[in-house]
Amino acid sequence: MYNSNIIIYFVIQSTLKMENEKYLNDISEIKNLMDKSSRFISLSGLSGILAGLYCLIGAGLTYKIIYFDTTTLGNYGDLIITETTLLQLFIIAATVIVLSLVTAIVLSIRKAKKSNDRIWNTSTKRLLINFMIPFLSGGIFILFLIEKEILGLVAPLTLIFYGLACVNASKYTLGDIRYLGISMILLGLLSTWFLGYGLLFWALGFGVCHILYGSIMYYKYDRK
Amino acid sequence: MKNIIQNINKAFDHRIRLGIMSVLMVNESADFSTLKELLGVTDGNLASHTKALELENYIAIEKQFIGKKPNTSYRASKEGRKAFQEHIEALEKLIQKR
Repeated sequence: MYNSNIIIYFVIQSTLKMENEKYLNDISEIKNLMDKSSRFISLSGLSGILAGLYCLIGAGLTYKIIYFDTTTLGNYGDLIITETTLLQLFIIAATVIVLSLVTAIVLSIRKAKKSNDRIWNTSTKRLLINFMIPFLSGGIFILFLIEKEILGLVAPLTLIFYGLACVNASKYTLGDIRYLGISMILLGLLSTWFLGYGLLFWALGFGVCHILYGSIMYYKYDRK
Repeated sequence: MKNIIQNINKAFDHRIRLGIMSVLMVNESADFSTLKELLGVTDGNLASHTKALELENYIAIEKQFIGKKPNTSYRASKEGRKAFQEHIEALEKLIQKR
């Protein structure tokens, strides 16, 4: 009698345990599907790190070009940029942007394939649209400023608009992007105050911040 | 304890129905192929489970044509949202209990 009681006790305990496990599974399944269906989760931290590196290299090259072409040391206030240096700067900037984009796309596709997700779906579209609204408005605005030769505010404004784009996009992808965006906005504001040091803030923002947040995301989501 | 078990909703006591509701809770609407892909189920399977949820009035079905292709999309109803919320709360309480 005593024995069978114990057996019954264990049977009840183990069914309770099994049920508990089922509920736990249900909850994690719910969370997983909610994330998967509403957020673009294939973003790779590694692409942030690499984009940061490209940017630091670009900033280094830019510094060299400006440094050799003017007697004043990288001061935007009285910097004389000739047509050839302007062209060189554009080529560097374009290369950095294109390389970063290609890296991000390739690594995202690879990550999506690894976890059997499709790369192009509603959440990808939502992410891109919401990133592009502040990003393109800022981009066009800044191109107009360059056209009108108001160059001093270019570095702070790229940081601020990129930051706003990240904050706006963060609702549709990994949440860490939000803090990357906020850091960028703060650096942009600081760089408006210290107007002569645009390139330095640019390297800090697009270079160091990308590497920092890219590493955080890499350790948090990618490394398994 | 009795109350909690009452709130565990039989309509959601299946992996696929649970999945459909999870997706519809965080998206305004989702179409058939998106759901199919997210949940990894067959056409017939998904159709029968959406039908079941529709009968409970937990989801609404909208049929329309995009070009010449028929497109079916689903959205969670007010009742569905409320019921699912209660279901999740009940699940959480059950887990904490033990």
